[in-house]
Amino acid sequence: MADITIALAGNPNCGKTTLFNALTGSKQYVGNWPGVTVEEKHGKLKGHDDVTIADLPGIYSLSPYTLEEVVARDYLTEHRPDAILNIVDGTNLERNLYLTTQLVELGIPTLVAVNMMDVIEKNGDVIDLAELAKALDCKVVSISALKGTGVREAAEEAVALARSGNKPIPQHRFVGSVEHAIAHIEEVTVHDLPEEQQRWYAIKLFERDEKVQKKLGLSDEVIAHIENDIQACETELDDDAESIITSQRYDYITSIIGTCLRRANKGELTTSDKIDRIVTNRIAALPIFAAIMFGVYWIAMGPFGTFLTDWTNDVLGGEWLTEGSRALFESWGLSSWLVGLLSDGICAGVGAVLGFVPQLLVLFLLLAILEDCGYMARIAFIMDRIFRRFGLSGKSFIPMLVGTGCGVPGVMASRTIESERDRRMTITTTCFIPCGAKMPIIGLIAGALFGGAAWVSTSAYFIGVAAIIISGVMLKKTKMFAGDPAPFVMELPAYHAPSVSNVLRSMWERGWSFIKKAGTIILLSSIIIWALKSFGTVNGQFGMVDELYEDPSIATDEYIESVAARTGISPEEVNPMDDSILAGIGNTFAPVFAPLGFGSWKPAVATVTGLVAKEEVVSTFGVLYNYDTDSEEWDDEGSPVWANVEADFQSFSNGHGQIAAFAFMIFNLLCAPCFAAMGAIKREMNNGKWAAFAIGYMCVFAYAAGLVVYQIGLATVGALNPIGIVAAVAVLGFVGYMLFVKKYHEAEELLVK
Amino acid sequence: MTLQEASVGSKVKVVKLMGTGPVKRRIMDMGITKGQVILVRKVAPLGDPIEITVRNYELSVRKADCKMIEVEPA
Repeated sequence: MADITIALAGNPNCGKTTLFNALTGSKQYVGNWPGVTVEEKHGKLKGHDDVTIADLPGIYSLSPYTLEEVVARDYLTEHRPDAILNIVDGTNLERNLYLTTQLVELGIPTLVAVNMMDVIEKNGDVIDLAELAKALDCKVVSISALKGTGVREAAEEAVALARSGNKPIPQHRFVGSVEHAIAHIEEVTVHDLPEEQQRWYAIKLFERDEKVQKKLGLSDEVIAHIENDIQACETELDDDAESIITSQRYDYITSIIGTCLRRANKGELTTSDKIDRIVTNRIAALPIFAAIMFGVYWIAMGPFGTFLTDWTNDVLGGEWLTEGSRALFESWGLSSWLVGLLSDGICAGVGAVLGFVPQLLVLFLLLAILEDCGYMARIAFIMDRIFRRFGLSGKSFIPMLVGTGCGVPGVMASRTIESERDRRMTITTTCFIPCGAKMPIIGLIAGALFGGAAWVSTSAYFIGVAAIIISGVMLKKTKMFAGDPAPFVMELPAYHAPSVSNVLRSMWERGWSFIKKAGTIILLSSIIIWALKSFGTVNGQFGMVDELYEDPSIATDEYIESVAARTGISPEEVNPMDDSILAGIGNTFAPVFAPLGFGSWKPAVATVTGLVAKEEVVSTFGVLYNYDTDSEEWDDEGSPVWANVEADFQSFSNGHGQIAAFAFMIFNLLCAPCFAAMGAIKREMNNGKWAAFAIGYMCVFAYAAGLVVYQIGLATVGALNPIGIVAAVAVLGFVGYMLFVKKYHEAEELLVK
Repeated sequence: MTLQEASVGSKVKVVKLMGTGPVKRRIMDMGITKGQVILVRKVAPLGDPIEITVRNYELSVRKADCKMIEVEPA
């Protein structure tokens, strides 16, 4: 028998994921629909290796206005699966059947599975399945995806249906004039298509669906010709074509419901209603929200999460992977550069990837629980008012909150946001929040140049939040972030106890996708930075700088003196890293940072090493400002080198060290995050161009912010730089224009390749 | 009056949907059609959006979009 494909279609929150998991078990493939971030899942039906189940995105309709709907209907009309398994939430029959009335018009064998049968029975409601089957002209079965009852039978029915090829004949008829117009449209436009497909296309053309018009390649004359029919109906029924179709579908459903559904209790409060009364109560909602968020933060990012990360980083990554592998490789007698590459490059890189995993899993577990129980939708409801002004979703709150601990889980947490635009905006801006690893940088700058003033770290948070707000408002007005033209109308699903298997599966899927997709980037870039730091040319000899410096015939006293003279330090302070490729790069690029006040190679090199991990900035300062960072006195904030740092900043900025240091701090807080976070960005954007845009945007924004702070700072202390101030004013002018003058336009049409 | 002006706890009936294209279609797709009775359940703690019950389920709608839904007391 030939292989068959069954598409699983249904509304969001109708139990589709649970059913998909029950049908396919562990044989799943998770990916993304081509070119978009909408998740695509396939799986083999348990016990049927020749049957593929395709999980479509959760949708309410087959309109052309949201990404998920376009993805789903393109799949249905172009791939034409052998059958559709339409899962319908029995506790919410009316709105769920609205999609069903559209699916049966596609001319594909359709099985309707009424889910949550256990809940319906508990409520005492009765659904007449035979009557429903008659009204829809397709088989109807009842299931409970969560309890697993009826799932096997439903699957067998769907397979049998797919093999039989019995297509439903749409029973629903619109009013006479509309049917007349549809019949006419069928005749003039889609006459060549197989008969069972004609009705769907004709209805879409009646709705003036531009995507279908384009797909069928209709000439302007034909469109004008059918336009007459459409307009006649619109005049007669006093409404636009799309609304006529929608209204009549719902009227039809209301009539079906009347005969198929008997509700036991009317107006009585369900448990979910009672929970919701408290949880989104006008007064209690915010305190409850704060408490839940505190709980999430505390478990994922607090002592427990930090312990997990520290343990994996220090013990698993540091001692076992890096040091253990080094001892092993050295015992094999491998040459030192190879040991370096394997241990410090690859093993440390792998350790860096794995280091995040336990904490991420904990966070994903919590997110999955919040999503599954229905509270996530309420978060969007509660926070919507604040966040939508900045082009973000109410659900962006969690990524931002988690981002204060670490940007990697912060970016990964954006997965819960449905709207692609909001998600992209969240990913682009989350790393502006100072994460835990940026704290040492702030501590270093505050300690070295500001006498440890507390306002420095406070200002860092304000700058982070300001960066999010300014970016949100500016980017929202660009074409790139136009997004879905549909408005924000969100279902608030009924609360229910989360299912253990769903929650664990979701946690694992997200964790695994981080390891797979983000891991490669993190690994690769760790190796590159390791190589740049370790290799260089000493006295005309290329090799590992540490080794070359140990050889007195290469690193002669004369040569060390020349290095000291070149870098302006005493010969005792010269260390191998001064000759690394990275130092060379730092020297070359240092002038780029001159307008920001730190056009000197040491801060430039520290900025580059900060890409590995932001706390590296401080330890690089330790090396470059000549301190043994392995010594016991060394601390996170690098206090032993504060005096040297201050002296250097004061000298290269002609006495304006504080302003330069503040600009340096701002640049490092806002610019491209560490490689791990970049990997997460790449993973979540699922698109190289978008990831590059996000990272590029952060760098440009950081540069602009540093420039403005330094130049305006100089001007206020009377050391005005004419070119610099013009540039700073130009930047401010542009930002002001984007914030206050440029108008915001909603997208008119959904653009999908 | 529009749905934006309806008070919390009141039941209203949809008279007309203003606007066109994506916005109107989306609102109607969610079941807010002419003649439908809507219960205004609550306002979010920060004053926007509002939560309504329509066709036996709960929906969150922004006040700006509520302006397009003309209603009368049911």
